[in-house]
Amino acid sequence: MASTIPWERVRRSASKLTTPLHPDDYLRLLNPLWSARELRGRIEQVIPETEDAATLVIRPGWGWRYDHRPGQYVGIGVQVEGRFQWRSYSVSSPPKRSRGTIAITVRAMPEGLLSSHLVNGVEPGTIVRLALPEGDFVLPDPPPQRMLFLVGGSGVTPVMAMLRTLDRRGTMPDVVMHYSSPTEERMIFRDELDHLEAKHERLTIHRLHTDIDGMLDLAAPDGLDRVCPDWRERETYACGPAPMLDAITDHYEQQGLEEHLHLERFSLELGGEGGEGGTITFRTSGKSIDADGATTVLEAGEQAGVGMPYGCRMGICHTCTLTLVEGKVRDLRNGDEYDGTNEPVQTCVTAAVGDCTLDI
Amino acid sequence: MAISDVKEYVHLTEEEVDQIGRELDQIRADIEESRGASDAAYINRLIKIQRGLAAAGRITLLTGTQFKQTRKPAIGLGVAFLALHKILENMEIGHNVMHGQWDWMNDPEIHSSNWEWDTAQPAEQWKHSHNYIHHQFTNVLGYDNDIGYGIMRLAREQKWTPYNLGQPIYNSLLATLFEWGVALHDLDIERIRKGEKDPKEMKRQLKQIFRKGRNQILKDYVVYPALAGKQWKTVLAANASSNIIRNLWAYVIIFCGHFPDGALHFTEEEIEDESRSEWYLRQILGAANFKGGPLLHILSGNLGFQIEHHLFPDLPSNRYAEISVRVRQLCEKYDIPYTTGPLYKQYGQALRTILKLSLPNSWTDTDQPEPPSPSRDRKRRGDDERPSRRTELGGWSRSHSEARA
Repeated sequence: MASTIPWERVRRSASKLTTPLHPDDYLRLLNPLWSARELRGRIEQVIPETEDAATLVIRPGWGWRYDHRPGQYVGIGVQVEGRFQWRSYSVSSPPKRSRGTIAITVRAMPEGLLSSHLVNGVEPGTIVRLALPEGDFVLPDPPPQRMLFLVGGSGVTPVMAMLRTLDRRGTMPDVVMHYSSPTEERMIFRDELDHLEAKHERLTIHRLHTDIDGMLDLAAPDGLDRVCPDWRERETYACGPAPMLDAITDHYEQQGLEEHLHLERFSLELGGEGGEGGTITFRTSGKSIDADGATTVLEAGEQAGVGMPYGCRMGICHTCTLTLVEGKVRDLRNGDEYDGTNEPVQTCVTAAVGDCTLDI
Repeated sequence: MAISDVKEYVHLTEEEVDQIGRELDQIRADIEESRGASDAAYINRLIKIQRGLAAAGRITLLTGTQFKQTRKPAIGLGVAFLALHKILENMEIGHNVMHGQWDWMNDPEIHSSNWEWDTAQPAEQWKHSHNYIHHQFTNVLGYDNDIGYGIMRLAREQKWTPYNLGQPIYNSLLATLFEWGVALHDLDIERIRKGEKDPKEMKRQLKQIFRKGRNQILKDYVVYPALAGKQWKTVLAANASSNIIRNLWAYVIIFCGHFPDGALHFTEEEIEDESRSEWYLRQILGAANFKGGPLLHILSGNLGFQIEHHLFPDLPSNRYAEISVRVRQLCEKYDIPYTTGPLYKQYGQALRTILKLSLPNSWTDTDQPEPPSPSRDRKRRGDDERPSRRTELGGWSRSHSEARA
């Protein structure tokens, strides 16, 4: 922000008047977006995409950075029945700050309280909380010369952000996309994809309606080899339901091509080793609990009856971060250990290594 | 209060005590189940009103005092707005947010883990000495520092010394400077007096109090007066008045919680092997309510429902009124004393205790319904022989885990 007024300094000085609060705590009562203490956004539009999916156009408030990369996701927190629920959704709009909005596309999941609420119940004007964009499932810059997108269902959203970016920049490389959806009606962005395909010669889209034609069997003779004979020479980006991603991973590993495969999974992968477990003490609540090495600090705290803050529960939104007063915890995703005194740790992805104390 | 003593206190069988525990657990479960959008709207609306009052008070004082014809009403209004804002923030908002009453909303801006209240006391220290020590070891002599805050004698069991003759004076000072009394709450003056306090810990706490207290003082007594220019004296005096009004109010409310006649004290022997149900009972016996309308209850942070607050410190305060109906029925059913009365009467009793206990026990008679507790027959230990307040973690916790056997 090339502002001539050093806002940060103004706000710091003003906090002398509002201590122990921040000026933002007062300003947000005038306009909910005037606070950088917590990232917020206002839902400007809810655009139905299909029967069960909608795009939400959100205007972020202060403190937002529009430098997300196509393919990344944001955390969004919505108050349902008085309680903030967090989920992460891919940004479907290309990075562009001129309009001052971002768009996410949500499909209502059965049993998905929040996704159903976002698709069917959320009103324009609703204030939501946001977490900055994250994720490694991104379009490289410059993009690979030849790409393959393997998409299932609402997995289309990050890919859409990539296609829109390539379209806007006018740098569409040689792209093949295979998009599976149960029926034509449930295919999100189908009109826009038709339009993009007509516009760009080098973009080929294969559509598969799995309710009628069944799933794509990658290894079969009329599988991937038919859809895209040169798939082995392409950088592949896959996003969709977990079973589909598992099948794709197996297929690429058998061919020794896993280096060229990029996946987006919307679930927590605990690849690291567990902790040793130990007694976790929650200092200010005066509670403690014995936890094993597979139980996250967050789960242990909830079991002990501590009102733990939580967000996405998969280590991306940092809502659950608390201060580790003493002891050691291990990150279950990658085995990183944290044992600094007074170190902030993400409780949803860490487990105790011996006894530790948290400040809550 | 071990099992054997409970019967002495309230003539209950072991089964009845367990049943009471189950019924209170049920009340908690019902309220937790029904927390929702209207509760969230309540606290958000209250925070909006309180911050609006703060802004209105500051602006009224800064601008209204600049003109001769508006000066007087501006001072009156400004002080009223500021005092109300401080009272609401400290009582119904800050105290209750720090208790975790609103943590269920999962709102990072209204959460016990990072709320900093508008008073000199650092939140972190308050959560230790109040949420944990006072609420866990309520009215246990030698553990719970709130019995006199280490500067007054408020239980007949506490040893009398000539120092106590000054209690009427200490009391007036505490009432006027209550914010600063609260700021020292977690220092544990008694332990410092006995030389048992870890100097490193004391230094850390003092540094924290100094940092926060300095910001509070700068705000009210330097920055805002400076902004008022020529009227700096008026604004400074108005800010001081609003602080004193808040101090007196908070002091009165808090002294009605555990010091009116009928709120009992306990000894450390009595809480050995205490079960969850017995803990509940001790909370009822150790607290006192006062009656009033909805506005009085909001202004006092719903501490007129001190009994309910002690039973369920982390349930939202706006629900205490409905909880109290059920708790009263329970107390009637099992014939458990439930102490309550109008505010003036409750405070009057607390004040009488402060004055009476400035004198040795032999000069005064007791107002307390003395329980026929076995410990009365044992010679109660004087303060100096009592163990220091304990700081290890209690076995009882809110989770439905079994208390230590």
